Amino acid sequence: MDFSLLLLLVAAGSFAAFTLGRGRSLKLAETVGGPRYLNSLPYYYGMLTALWALLPALALLIVWMIFESTILESMVISQLPANFHDTDPAEQGLILNQIYNIVAGQVVDANIPQYMTDAAQHVHSMKVTSNWLLASLACSGMLLFGLFAWRRVAPELQARARVERLFRWALLGCSMIAILTTVGIVMSVLFESLRFFHAVPISDFLFGLEWSPQTAIRKDQVAGSSSFGAIPLFTGTLLIASIAMIIAVPTGLMSAIYLSEYASKRVRSYVKPLLEVLAGIPTVVYGFFAAITVAPFIRDVAVSIGLNDYVNVTSESALAAGMVMGVMIIPFISSLSDDVINAVPQSLRDGALGLGATHSEMIRQVVIPAALPGIVGGVLLAASRAIGETMIVVMAAGLAAKLTANPLDSVTTVTVQIVSLLVGDQEFDSPKTLAAFALGLMLFLVTLALNYFALHIVKKYREQYE
Amino acid sequence: MNKSSPDTSTSNGLSHSDLAAAMERNLKRRYRSERRFKAFGIASIGVGLLALLVLFTEIIGTGMGAFRQTYVTLEVTYDTEVLGIEAVTPESLALANFDGIVRRALLNQLPEVTGRTAKRQLYALISYAAGYQLRAMLEQDPSLLGETRKVTMLADDDLDTYVKSVRADDPFIGRLSEPQVEWINQLEAQGLVELKFNTNFFTSGDSSEPEQAGILGAVMGSLFTLIVTLALSFPIGVAAAIYLEEYASRNRFTDFIEVNINNLAAVPSVIFGLLGLAIFLNFFHFPRSVPLVGGLVLTLMTLPTIIISSRAAIKSVPPSIREAALGMGASKMQMILQHVLPLAMPGMLTGAIIGMAQALGETAPLLMIGMVAFIADVPGGITDPATVLPVQIFLWADSPERAFVERTSAAIMVLLAFLITMNTMAIWLRKRLERRW
Repeated sequence: MDFSLLLLLVAAGSFAAFTLGRGRSLKLAETVGGPRYLNSLPYYYGMLTALWALLPALALLIVWMIFESTILESMVISQLPANFHDTDPAEQGLILNQIYNIVAGQVVDANIPQYMTDAAQHVHSMKVTSNWLLASLACSGMLLFGLFAWRRVAPELQARARVERLFRWALLGCSMIAILTTVGIVMSVLFESLRFFHAVPISDFLFGLEWSPQTAIRKDQVAGSSSFGAIPLFTGTLLIASIAMIIAVPTGLMSAIYLSEYASKRVRSYVKPLLEVLAGIPTVVYGFFAAITVAPFIRDVAVSIGLNDYVNVTSESALAAGMVMGVMIIPFISSLSDDVINAVPQSLRDGALGLGATHSEMIRQVVIPAALPGIVGGVLLAASRAIGETMIVVMAAGLAAKLTANPLDSVTTVTVQIVSLLVGDQEFDSPKTLAAFALGLMLFLVTLALNYFALHIVKKYREQYE
Repeated sequence: MNKSSPDTSTSNGLSHSDLAAAMERNLKRRYRSERRFKAFGIASIGVGLLALLVLFTEIIGTGMGAFRQTYVTLEVTYDTEVLGIEAVTPESLALANFDGIVRRALLNQLPEVTGRTAKRQLYALISYAAGYQLRAMLEQDPSLLGETRKVTMLADDDLDTYVKSVRADDPFIGRLSEPQVEWINQLEAQGLVELKFNTNFFTSGDSSEPEQAGILGAVMGSLFTLIVTLALSFPIGVAAAIYLEEYASRNRFTDFIEVNINNLAAVPSVIFGLLGLAIFLNFFHFPRSVPLVGGLVLTLMTLPTIIISSRAAIKSVPPSIREAALGMGASKMQMILQHVLPLAMPGMLTGAIIGMAQALGETAPLLMIGMVAFIADVPGGITDPATVLPVQIFLWADSPERAFVERTSAAIMVLLAFLITMNTMAIWLRKRLERRW
């Protein structure tokens, strides 16, 4: 049976349960003297019945969807000829893939081995059985539970309280998704990273100076050429992020100060949204801009003033990526600083001005020190964003891991390597793929620490003046 | 101390006039520094606005060209001999040599071209799409067989780039050979080359030939992905916000949820891609490159934004509304669903639109789950392989052909137009429906 048809059926079933439950409560109400003698409004009885019918069926559908493919696969494997189990895992994966392709009707080829077509037919028939089994189980479950709930409808049944309790649990479940996501992130990067550290010692990864993640394609190839020292990636990330921060922090901070302390309301109402447009531009657009416009411009300027005689000048310079990233972060810093500057009480300003300070002295010596914790928090958040930014560096920075402090040279970053290791064909047991997860773990830990401190500082600061 | 008269000395030996002069100097210095500070502020804003201006002019400047496309009009004869068919039937259409009649038409226009290499170079000036176009024409009107018609055909991207650059007074020859440039100039002189609105760009999927590539596939992919994202993240986000604002008591557990939400809002997007790859693709074995998985990943990514803005919206509903509802005998759920939510809805919708705009522009996590594959077909549902608009931009930006540069910029213009529309809608909604208590 088609999955969407099944969903439709489930929806129709719950609607029927609602009507029946409501109807029964109204009918029972007649025996006790009218609906006003029911414990809850009639539609609550309907809702309770519908929920009893719907929830078990939904749970069944979800569990089925999660485990169906795994169970089917193990059944297929047990059916395959004995020599299948002797082949290595990569080969097994290939065979299974081919079988699934035959099932999907993508492979029409005369020289497919007989056991594969057999297995494919087997998979197909099992899928059909599984679908019918699911449909019949879901329908009978709905019928059973719905009937149970329907029979329990009685004037003294506290339908409203029960529905509300369920509502509350559902809300709690939704808010738990944030925790589940964090757990999911930690688990997914942690497990793969542990597998990676099994193959490559963690000290080599953290302190190694050379990064060249090519792995041997064949078994007999010498794999000695691959090395996973992440220091060049860390320095590259730091170089680009520092360039971005050097540009964004003064510019963003000064714009915020000007807008909140000097600018007239009219100017502010025009300029602020315009600056925020910068924050709304997708990073892929910045990346394109950096790669097509800024990088060639910087290279040409550097070459025309003769810098290439002294240092290496490339068209994938860290400077281009860093500058464009800085522009991206300006509105971020400026809006966060704007918030904290506005939170500084007016009395402090009035006091400073009353003592004869000029406007800029008041800002520099009173407002900024008072807002400093909040500003630092904002800067830390911006730094975490600069470190984790992906598209700009993927498009405008290089791929070669170089240990250099020259902003005109090309460097690579953690995020660039994650993307380049994972885009394209992957095998899930090679250290090359797993290395991306180890890098992801590092990135997650660093940004988590930065965010945590930043949010903590900002929160502390807010409480100070509230 | 004496009241100031210019000549009296102060206790430290300075005359009042000296002091006044020193004060004057000091004050001047302070005002100078004041002006410097202010100028620095204006310069900072100038830098931001200048960057915005340069970005937009650059993108629009390079992108405008892609909305016009070069077409070449030739006299095409549906010659049965060249086509190799006698009558128009489905089988014969599949076998017929439509490229042949395009080539013949080119040769008729430029009869002086001889030699194999030269001819091949000449044929390269018309897009492969021309053959399909002629086939469709013949299929629609079988009586064309043996007839001659003037047909306007899609030009190859090299010709397209050259013609556009010539019209902009900055000829770019690129991969074209000298005779090719000569032929193009001849065709142009005969008035056979024209620029028309590039409908293809909006009605077709991706292609490796720049002149045939369009954004429809990517736009549909983005649409399906956003539908999944909105359908999941809005209800879940609103529910979580209701729980945190209306039910949760302040305890360690609630604090923990809050810390999680705030941290997730700042986790780099590429990490969500790793999550999608490890959990949805490798653990649950969902198919690669489909909008469903993309939507799931983006849901997790936009949830914090939606939760935070929904909480703010719920918070802004005054307690008196709640108390009135409860006082009239409403239960807590009735109070929330019938009174708080309708009043908080504009704020929530604003947050949802901003979250969707964020999701629409997101690229990095979708690269991880395989939405970066080359897909020429326009997807028809949430389980068809697809790519999205930002990823399409990324793919085209990587392509070496110069004609893709202007198409990338044009795709960026379309993306920015969508984003600006969404954000304007959010602002309008907030202004229009927001109530001040």
